[in-house]
Amino acid sequence: MTKKITLSKLNGLLKDMEVEALEGVTIEGDIELEMDAIGGLNPQLAYMLGQETAQIAGHLINISQLLGYPVDQLLSKPVNDDKQRMIKPMELNRSTFQVNKMEEWTNEIQEVTLGASSSDGGTRKSIITVGGENALPYYFDSPMPHRNHITMDVFDMPIGMAKAVKSNYEDVMDSPAEWAKKNVNEFGADMVTIHLISTDPNIKDTSAKEAAETVADVLQAVDVPIVIGGSGNPEKDPEVLEKAAEIAQGERVLLASASLNLDYERIANAAKEYGHVVLSWTQLEINAQKELNRKLMKQCNVDREDIIMDPTTAALGYGLDYAYTNMERIRLAGLVGDDELNFPMSSGTTNAWGARESWMIDSPLKEDSDWGPREYRGPIWEIITGLTLALGGNDLFMMMHPASVAVLKEITKSLHGSLARDTVDISNWVTTKV
Amino acid sequence: MKINSPLEVYQYLPQTNCQECGELTCMAFASHLIDRSIKLEDCKPILEDAYKEKYQDLSELMAPEIAEVIIGVGEHAVTVGGDDVLYRHQLTFFNPPAFAVDVWDTMSQSDLIERVTFIKDYKKFYVGRFLTLDMIAIRSVSGDPDTFKHAVTLVMEHTELPLVLCSLDPAVLQAGLEVAAEKKPLLYAATKDNWQDVYDLVVEYNVPVVLFAPDELDTLKSLAITFIENGCKDLILDPGTNPQGRNLRESFENFIMIRRAGIKEGQKEIAFPLMAVPMTAYMTNDDPVSASYWETVLCGVFTVRYGDIMILHSIEPYALLPEMHIKDTVYTDPRTPVKVDSRVYKVGSPDKDSPVFVTTNFALTFYTVESDLASNEINCHLLAVDTDGLGVEAAVAGGQLTGKNIADDFKKSNFDFSDKTSHNIVIIPGLAARLQGDLEDTSGLNVMVGPPDSGRIPGWMEKNWDGK
Ligand code: B12
Ligand code: SF4
Repeated sequence: MTKKITLSKLNGLLKDMEVEALEGVTIEGDIELEMDAIGGLNPQLAYMLGQETAQIAGHLINISQLLGYPVDQLLSKPVNDDKQRMIKPMELNRSTFQVNKMEEWTNEIQEVTLGASSSDGGTRKSIITVGGENALPYYFDSPMPHRNHITMDVFDMPIGMAKAVKSNYEDVMDSPAEWAKKNVNEFGADMVTIHLISTDPNIKDTSAKEAAETVADVLQAVDVPIVIGGSGNPEKDPEVLEKAAEIAQGERVLLASASLNLDYERIANAAKEYGHVVLSWTQLEINAQKELNRKLMKQCNVDREDIIMDPTTAALGYGLDYAYTNMERIRLAGLVGDDELNFPMSSGTTNAWGARESWMIDSPLKEDSDWGPREYRGPIWEIITGLTLALGGNDLFMMMHPASVAVLKEITKSLHGSLARDTVDISNWVTTKV
Repeated sequence: MKINSPLEVYQYLPQTNCQECGELTCMAFASHLIDRSIKLEDCKPILEDAYKEKYQDLSELMAPEIAEVIIGVGEHAVTVGGDDVLYRHQLTFFNPPAFAVDVWDTMSQSDLIERVTFIKDYKKFYVGRFLTLDMIAIRSVSGDPDTFKHAVTLVMEHTELPLVLCSLDPAVLQAGLEVAAEKKPLLYAATKDNWQDVYDLVVEYNVPVVLFAPDELDTLKSLAITFIENGCKDLILDPGTNPQGRNLRESFENFIMIRRAGIKEGQKEIAFPLMAVPMTAYMTNDDPVSASYWETVLCGVFTVRYGDIMILHSIEPYALLPEMHIKDTVYTDPRTPVKVDSRVYKVGSPDKDSPVFVTTNFALTFYTVESDLASNEINCHLLAVDTDGLGVEAAVAGGQLTGKNIADDFKKSNFDFSDKTSHNIVIIPGLAARLQGDLEDTSGLNVMVGPPDSGRIPGWMEKNWDGK
């Protein structure tokens, strides 16, 4: 904005302001000045004058300088640039930070217990509870009653897997019981999942009865709670899971899974009859998840405390954006009151090993920068996939690589607040020597 | 954003439907403003004097809840912040977190140049583009202004990437600014001890600044208010990134509290981008692989929960790849399934003997396949079937990829096999094997089933394709 003013008026203005330093400057003749945005103005002077007259003063100083008056000497710092400068703050404007808790989160996530001890008709030494949250994971709104838990995979036959994973299991591949033991004793698994994949008619077509014996072996070998998984074959799974449920009677295993594309009622009934928990599995679709949960509760009369959901896990870089947001939406819906979605969640985190970045020796693309050693890439792919879902609300993780298990445990326990570690002074991280 | 219906926005627009913005009506323009797919300045008439007030009011109403801060100049400039929601499904997140990889002023000249070159050249192909690193953070480990100045000069000679100048000593920062100010670097940091001097630098050099108050949100807010009141608005807040245990949880909580205050409660004075420093992982882990892993984990945590800019140390590919992917994961727009045009693409320079492949128009699938082919110098035709942006398996399961669709889409692209090929063969994805019979029946072509993963096509070709 440009404003015109005469010098004599200006001088008068400044006299009113009692700017001593400029007294004695006499200006002869009346010149018209163009006033635009102020040139450099010493902050102290601006302070003395107050904002409104600061501009005028600035111009007057410039003029005084032109006329040979030693203004600079009167001021502590010379003005050296053409940017608008503010008053230099002398003191912090003290304030306190405050934020409210989420009032909308009124609905608790269902608590579900896995494993039963001898007093409850089982033989497990450790019992695991998941769920019970009143907030998103690790939020300050409400403490998370149970930490995340990890169940490690065991297969009932040797299968193809990424090299980095396989090297950990080569000695136990032929024995599900030994494999389960190794998971618990060496790798710190909270639980073990026995996948009965050989029952698939297209693989070995192992009978349900034989598969049930494998389950019995695993229950014998370890005393943690277990998950029993079928082969994914919708025709065969109900039969396999029924028999497995029977042999595990009273142990409160997790039966994986009931889904919309198989006879979920048979899975539900097996769980009810033999005292187990049902895994309600849908494929990345929140409405399908609601539908299946509703059917399990209303049509099959499964109790609320006997349901865990698996809304499907996609690997980092291969649909994790869908999987993460799907879980976060489900958890948020549960917290604000959707009683068809407020169940604990489980993730097939192992799916991360499907991503080519986790297992390929190098990029198939010549333009890519070097992908580095795959032994390190695979586990971190599984970790980040799991971690992202942990933040979205996932409670239980089905995993494969021992290093991934260790690191995911460390980070989820840290965020949960249940891990004491030394305090590190980060105030001068800048000078860290590495 | 203070308003959220197109009707409200419409009140402020010229309402002439002049179509200068490329939209048919002002109302259509308004709805694009709401979903942030268009800028207010794209409406030229509203910039005229007559609408001055409305323009100003609307700009204020439409400003994102979290301030946007620009670091650097020119084509490499990075914008951080700008979010309007707490969860990505509510709209989308804007401006992916900027990853600044560190260098330090006690490095030898050759090490420094090598590291800078590595950072600026690092790339990973993903969905039709390359994921890259964004910035360089220069740490003053020496504490000596001249040494720092020298390092900054050297870095600038080798990259255009924006810089973060890191030191808590204002004299060191000033030395850096003397050579780098024109590139608008980010200053790290003003603290409760040095803030007055850093304030002076911010004003004098007109650069964005990080306010750093580890574990003290009151102090952080006080600093922010003081800077805002004194004319600085390009602020980034660092509440501290504790690397482990309960302190880490506390840092996590701080990020959530600040972001909630900014977005949900409209607390303007704290609604700035947040900085996380995953490299604090190196303050506790001695073994380099553990440190690198843990840094990646911290980067993941704060990418999901509200970090807008990060300082990273590890340049191991096993750290960088998941970091760049998690950033992309959280910041892709959930409203649009990313797809490519459905048509027959030429890869390389195919002739009549070249193979013809089928894939889907899901961008992730298409670009993965296309780049696998191109990078291995396989000249061919590639049909992207219109599956509504679904990948192979999901489209087969959902019925968007069928024999009929494939045959139809070849026709729509005017791709006549008897004219364009000598062999009448089409190769479908391994995961679509069950479409083989159906496609043979509907198209009369010979259908071959490729491998499940397109990365294996080169090997598969050697065994199964003799050029005819
Ligand atoms: C993300 C995802 C979704 C997203 C889809 C996102 C999208 N834009 O595609 C959403 C949530 C929408 C979705 C929905 C469904 N999905 Co889904 N989904 C996935 C998931 C997690 C990842 C898929 C993916 O993106 N892969 C990455 C891309 C790049 O892979 P791709 O397209 O297959 O391409 C690769 C190969 O096929 C090959 N290739 C590709 N083209 C070509 C060409 C040639 C010539 C060759 C040789 C090779 C080749 O190379 C590529 C690179 O590796 C998978 C599970 C998994 N695999 O992890 C399930 C999965 C694909 N989904 C499945 C199902 C069942 C569904 C639904 C039917 C669920 C439902 N009941 O609603 C719906 C179907 C929706 C519809 N069609 O209407 C099943 C499919 C089962 C089957 N085999 O039949 C899967 C496998 C999950 C499972 N285990 O059950 N899904
Ligand atoms: S340019 Fe502006 S006035 Fe013209 S149609 Fe678009 S929004 Fe309306």
